[in-house]
Amino acid sequence: MLIYSQPLELTKLLAAIDNFLQGNLSPGWAILVKGILVGILLLATYALIALALIYIERKVAAFFQARLGPNRLGKYGVIQSLADMIKILIKEVIHINKADKLLFYAAPFFVIVASVLAFGALPFGINLHAIDFNIGVFYLLAVSSLGIIGILLAGWSSNNKYSMIGAMRSGAQFISYELSAGFSLMTIVVLSGSMQFSEIIEGQRYCWNLFNGHLPAMIAFVIYLISGHAETNRGPFDLPEAESELTAGYHTEYSGLQFGFFYLSEYLNMFIIAAVATTVFLGGWMPIQIKGLEAFNQAMWYIPSWAWFFGKAGLLMFLSLWVRWSFPRLRIDLLLNLEWKYLLPINLVNLLVMVLVVLSGFTLTDLFPVLFGK
Amino acid sequence: MLEITQIIQQIAPDAQIETKQRLTITVRPDQLHPVIEALYRNETLRFDYLISLTGMDWGDRLGAIYQLSASVDLTQEVIVITSTADRDNPLLYSVTDLYGTAHLNEREIYALFGIRFINNPDMRRFLLNDQWKGFPFRKDYVHDPKLNPETVISSEIIDIAPRIMEKEGGELAEENVAVFGEEDYIVNIGPQHPSTHGVMHFRTSLDGEIVKKIDVHSGYIHRGIEKLCENMTYPQMLHLTDRLDYLSANINRHALCMCIEKGAEIEVPERAQYIRTIMDELQRISSHLLAWATHCNDLGATTAFIYGMREREHILDIFDKTCGGRLIINQNVVGGVMFDIYSDFQKDVKAFIPYMRKKLKEYDDFFSHNAIALGRMVRIGLLSREDAISYGVTGPAGRASGWSCDVRRYKPYALYDQVEFKEIVRTEGDSYARYLNRLDEIEESLHIIEQLIDNIPSGEVCAKVKPIIRIPAGQFFQSVETGKGEFGVFIESSGDKNPYRVKFRSPSLAAVSVIPLISKGAFLSDLIGITGSMDFVIPDIDR
Amino acid sequence: MEERSIGMEVNDIKIKAFPAEEFKDNDTLQRYIDELKEAGGSVIVGKLDQLIDWGRANSLWPIAFATSCCGIEFMAAASAHYDLSRFGMEVTRNSPRQADVMVVAGTIVNKMAPLLRRVYDQMAEPKYVVAMGACSISGGPFLNSYNVVQGVDRILPVDVYIPGCPPRPESLFYGLLQLQRKVKVERFFGNKRIKRYYRPETLINPKTGETIDPQIDFDNK
Repeated sequence: MLIYSQPLELTKLLAAIDNFLQGNLSPGWAILVKGILVGILLLATYALIALALIYIERKVAAFFQARLGPNRLGKYGVIQSLADMIKILIKEVIHINKADKLLFYAAPFFVIVASVLAFGALPFGINLHAIDFNIGVFYLLAVSSLGIIGILLAGWSSNNKYSMIGAMRSGAQFISYELSAGFSLMTIVVLSGSMQFSEIIEGQRYCWNLFNGHLPAMIAFVIYLISGHAETNRGPFDLPEAESELTAGYHTEYSGLQFGFFYLSEYLNMFIIAAVATTVFLGGWMPIQIKGLEAFNQAMWYIPSWAWFFGKAGLLMFLSLWVRWSFPRLRIDLLLNLEWKYLLPINLVNLLVMVLVVLSGFTLTDLFPVLFGK
Repeated sequence: MLEITQIIQQIAPDAQIETKQRLTITVRPDQLHPVIEALYRNETLRFDYLISLTGMDWGDRLGAIYQLSASVDLTQEVIVITSTADRDNPLLYSVTDLYGTAHLNEREIYALFGIRFINNPDMRRFLLNDQWKGFPFRKDYVHDPKLNPETVISSEIIDIAPRIMEKEGGELAEENVAVFGEEDYIVNIGPQHPSTHGVMHFRTSLDGEIVKKIDVHSGYIHRGIEKLCENMTYPQMLHLTDRLDYLSANINRHALCMCIEKGAEIEVPERAQYIRTIMDELQRISSHLLAWATHCNDLGATTAFIYGMREREHILDIFDKTCGGRLIINQNVVGGVMFDIYSDFQKDVKAFIPYMRKKLKEYDDFFSHNAIALGRMVRIGLLSREDAISYGVTGPAGRASGWSCDVRRYKPYALYDQVEFKEIVRTEGDSYARYLNRLDEIEESLHIIEQLIDNIPSGEVCAKVKPIIRIPAGQFFQSVETGKGEFGVFIESSGDKNPYRVKFRSPSLAAVSVIPLISKGAFLSDLIGITGSMDFVIPDIDR
Repeated sequence: MEERSIGMEVNDIKIKAFPAEEFKDNDTLQRYIDELKEAGGSVIVGKLDQLIDWGRANSLWPIAFATSCCGIEFMAAASAHYDLSRFGMEVTRNSPRQADVMVVAGTIVNKMAPLLRRVYDQMAEPKYVVAMGACSISGGPFLNSYNVVQGVDRILPVDVYIPGCPPRPESLFYGLLQLQRKVKVERFFGNKRIKRYYRPETLINPKTGETIDPQIDFDNK
């Protein structure tokens, strides 16, 4: 395999920092400093992505609704969410008398911690990966489902009936759709034979899993998008918040920074879902590669891997926004019907089909090794 | 009518029957229920639609006026009047068992006049707080801010309803009943809630997500408009009607103008009639567009909401150019219209018609056949024809239940007898039928405008009217078809320059009174969807 | 009068992106600035204060306390034709806890007054109130009614009054921009806030007949 020139990759920069730390500090300290640096970097990226997403969502919503969207702060209003952040940071946090204090304060942390944990395990590009578990997919499913505890706690502890109804809806919805999301990811795990993100990405060098597994993979992709969208509690699945029914749902009683946590994590969850879908189905940060066409491949590699990653994830997020701003809200029974009567049975059959496809060698890489083989 | 007089005379031989303008029957309080029941059960023509129930204070006597009509033929009307001399503890018999709409109306009369109704199952005050001292609509009421101060301390809602029931022997028993069960999970939807279209307050008891019972509270914007009117001259009253159902402001005002014109016998020039009709239809379109938009918003489709508002702006621009107002346009005055149309009016309206048709198509593509939207509307909030009539639900909602009740057809006013239009009637009675009815009525309104816009005759736009108008003593009623249904103006005049009593028949009150019935057993989300599909405006309910 | 307002007083109001000449009413704001000066001594607004004011002023999330016609005009202002979102104000929060400015749009009657106050108390600081329309300013056409509160400033402090019946969306924007200007001259450090118009002298507890302390907070915090 040829080594392509990758001028915009951050690999060299990272290696330089690594060398510098290793050279000047004892190994223990070097790892500690590296850990702290990575942590800060992750949190900063987290905040940045959330702010960017909030701005993008407002602009995209404006576009769908024939409006202009924020345009007073900076060019095209790009720093609008910065103003929002400053405001939310110093907004009063209301202490509610009749609430369950401990749980009330803990709830937003659960939500945000869950999304940070999931965020940390994402592969953003070559070597831009905080940790590469050999059970990456499993870990991601596990930590991202922690967030629901925060939502349930928020609803329960607020001592508000709207919050309570919102939280109960959220619980039912999340548990149902987590099944679908899990099964559709499992389908791809069967296909790629690994739970490690780096291996899954490497396996998609010449053929994305979406095409490699053809029919069952595409079904899994669609189901994952639907259930992932549902897990983020965004329209048409925004029942837990349901502005027109429950005022603000489970976070009705939260103000200031605590509300800010819920607000941020909502957008970040959207990003995480898109990022996982990108990694698992669309080749992650891997540029588009065609076997044999070296000049084309080189050209593709000039675009850095993280740009590929954010580009693909951005496309999926736009899809999510499009859906959100087009559809009316589902009712709880319709929502559960969709999951338990349609998505889950389809998913189970689909998993079985995928196993058969892989075992009988009907994947594209097996059928056309010259074109797509590793 | 002769036949009806005979029936009445059999039941109540000493009833005064007058047939000058409309059949008016004055009866003793104890004869009221039998007389109305006889009319209700009359074989040849059932008077099963209670248009309005008006509380009255004639100085020495307190009473009520019942305006009855037949659902199959709205041109037939009977007025039943009853009164009692007991001002300390006035009691009348309730007609709630016959007409669903009577329930809230009787509670309103209790709050405003202090008349209690025997056999009404729930005799709490409707528009005012229980703590309110005095009965503001009585002629001897003097408002004292010390007695009823404005305060910031909220009072607890007590879910215990007093009532007076007639026992078998004929004796009356006062009792208190609990509105909700002890263990009920009660959620307050409103008064400050994004989807109640204002300040409606539904106390809802839930079983999980299922609505068990709804208790309607209102009066959070009760401004006493009818009482204010009593101290105003007729032209001064006009602007208050605009603020009832502000989405049909112009049509409401049209009704009041016509009622005054009828009383004072003023002839309206033909050009003014054309302008009034066109403006009414434009207003109807804008009202339906807003109803469509908010209904979609209630179902969670924010984008559809913005689209509806976008098209509405085009109509508001036409209003703006005509008379400078957007929402409330102050155009109708007694005797005609205040402003003539501007030179490009026809051009603008004609440009709007094809634009709106195109957008209707877009709404159809975007929302009307969306799978989720269908799941949220089809067979949800079923309202039968009988219930629609009993609760007096008119307008697009009533016609969605198969009741042909278009005032423009049965009691044509302005130019509606000269234009050709289809009355949209559906029989499904669900949210979706109501939704489709509104969109179809927009199309019909465009059709009406098309027929008129090129034929506006030249001439005066307003008849010569004296600055102070006096209406001869008597009772006058005029109803129109607003975006929400039948809106009526009742004026009792004593020949003075002020009216003696004004009552507005509110289509929204009827729509809201039926909500507990049709959303029982529905999901909480559907309750919101159903309120959206009924399309009511709160200031119209509270007046 | 007009000359005066463009002449010497304008010089004191220097807010970036808000040229004083574009506003008709500068005197009121000038009066507020003078009050702040008297109370605080130093006029020098720190950079950090400026940043905070910038954030607050440009991120006013409204809660619409819409009771009648004005509410429809508020909705029209938020829709495509006028578009409130240009100023970053389209994030209408339905929960008062998360809102910054309450737009009281419509008549407030006696039955509603306690609820209005409660929603206001539920809002988190800093909170602002805009009285939109004649009804919420003074009772409007229903001034003589037995049940209408003659201006919401009898029950809570008001920052900006927007006259009209109902005010057009343009007027609403003008009022909200004036509010942004007011927010921009405040100071977070030292808690120098603008004194707001409030005349609660008539508030009476209906049970005891006593007058109510206007500062009392009825929220469950």
